[in-house]
Amino acid sequence: MHFSETFSRMLLYTAAIVSMACVMAVFAFLVYFAWPVLAGGEWKDLLSLNWRPFQAHYGILPMILGSMYLTVLAMLVACPLAAGVCLFCSGLGPGPAAGAVKALVRFMSGIPTVVYGFVAAFTLVPFLRSHFSGSTGYCLLAAGLILGFLILPTIVLIGLSALERVDQELSLTCSALGLSRVQSLIHVIFPAAWPGLLAAVLLGFARAVGDTLIALMLAGNAPQLPGSLFDSIRTLTAHIALVVATDSQSQAYRSVFAAGCLLFFIAAAVNITVFRVRQKFGGLSRDG
Amino acid sequence: MTTTVVCGLLGFIAWQGGAVLGPALFFGDAPAWAAISGQVPVWDGIWPACAGTLVLVLLAAALALPFGLGCGLYLAVLAKGRKKAFCSLCINQLASTPSIVMGLFGFAMILFLRRTFLPGANTCLLLAGVCLAVLILPYIVRATQNAVEAIPLTQRLIGPSLGLTLWQNIVHCILPQASRGILGGVILAVGRAAEDTAVILLTGVVANAGLPRGVLGPFEALPFTIYYLAAEYRNQSELEIGFGACLVLLALTASLFVSARWIQRKIENTWS
Repeated sequence: MHFSETFSRMLLYTAAIVSMACVMAVFAFLVYFAWPVLAGGEWKDLLSLNWRPFQAHYGILPMILGSMYLTVLAMLVACPLAAGVCLFCSGLGPGPAAGAVKALVRFMSGIPTVVYGFVAAFTLVPFLRSHFSGSTGYCLLAAGLILGFLILPTIVLIGLSALERVDQELSLTCSALGLSRVQSLIHVIFPAAWPGLLAAVLLGFARAVGDTLIALMLAGNAPQLPGSLFDSIRTLTAHIALVVATDSQSQAYRSVFAAGCLLFFIAAAVNITVFRVRQKFGGLSRDG
Repeated sequence: MTTTVVCGLLGFIAWQGGAVLGPALFFGDAPAWAAISGQVPVWDGIWPACAGTLVLVLLAAALALPFGLGCGLYLAVLAKGRKKAFCSLCINQLASTPSIVMGLFGFAMILFLRRTFLPGANTCLLLAGVCLAVLILPYIVRATQNAVEAIPLTQRLIGPSLGLTLWQNIVHCILPQASRGILGGVILAVGRAAEDTAVILLTGVVANAGLPRGVLGPFEALPFTIYYLAAEYRNQSELEIGFGACLVLLALTASLFVSARWIQRKIENTWS
């Protein structure tokens, strides 16, 4: 086949432009449908604690707070575990075991979200229900624990790749200074790899905020402020799924698009922060 | 501790799901061959959901592949400087957009079409395919870009040095060498499309649609079946179907995942 140079260039440019246009289109549609709420004075009502669609109150603040609580809890579960797994895989554990754990974490990233949710709904939820009185089992704690495991592979894999890169540069120096493997990991390599580790944590955070199924299946979905770990909550993502699925009136739709915009902006903020961090510290890690 | 939890989870599914695995899980009471060809409707099996997922994934991959390949090649071969950084940022943003937002995007498209020039538009298989394609596009782009950039520079310059045009260079030199990496990435993307529930939840999945009849009709899908059964199962046998469906979906994504890993490992051995 003989295509002219310009034609083949055009072909690649078109593909790239279509791909970039997808992002713009997603953004444009969300803003187009959320605009009536954001531009009018209705956003004050939107930021209230009242979600009573039948009395025309469409506050999504409980969902925003619900998302935040759940994400923070998931991060509290995932970060210490991830730090432990990273340390184990990058030198503290015996060689074969470290390799096996790493392979397992890789495999974890391939387990479907809905499977986590399904299994937890029939194991963890009844357990919580029977051991803590006054709880239905569908609560912040159940969703937070499982979500923590869901985002664990994201944090571990990105963090490990950052650690390995630093390790290659510094391990010889550390040995020359007479540091043991543990000392060099904790005092030199972990601190030196912080931009990559920060990126890993941020991407895990974005994954946790954006996840729908775990919250939808395990968190109970009551639009309220949680008083304790055993209260039911509703997240932004689950809110979108529930409202669209139940076919409410058009006003409720608009609040959903506002929620969608918010999620998009959170993803964008994380994304740009990660980009800045990586740009500033010499492209330590470039996967994503 | 992580290991215990994961092994526990896998064991639990294997134990619960293994008990119901068999033709009855897929086809219920209907005879197998008639059910596969669609002559007999299947009521209490998961075959329609499997077929729906299969069609959906193929559709999404077919839509995403040309653009993903093109964009990946653009990033790896043509783009430089600020343009490359911007395009890269866009792809990252697409990758980090939550899948529910992608579903909402599809839903918004339908609302938009209804208001403007297609009042009869409704959520359907095609819409879900398009949204899933947008969802997996960044994975394909990244895989292509990484695979091409992993080829040593000397190999990449052979084509131009022999006077090949850009197109000849891509078709005869770059793609054959990067094909394994791209294939691995595409398989991973397919696994991602197969497991995603949030997108199809908003774009036309229905609990009892039967086999998909066309790209403009409703459909069933495996992850949605699992979600639906977890929320609304009525008796023990439906719950068992749910565990069976979990096992099937897990086996599907796990085998895709392992084969992708295997292909990628082969490449690492090739260039190092």
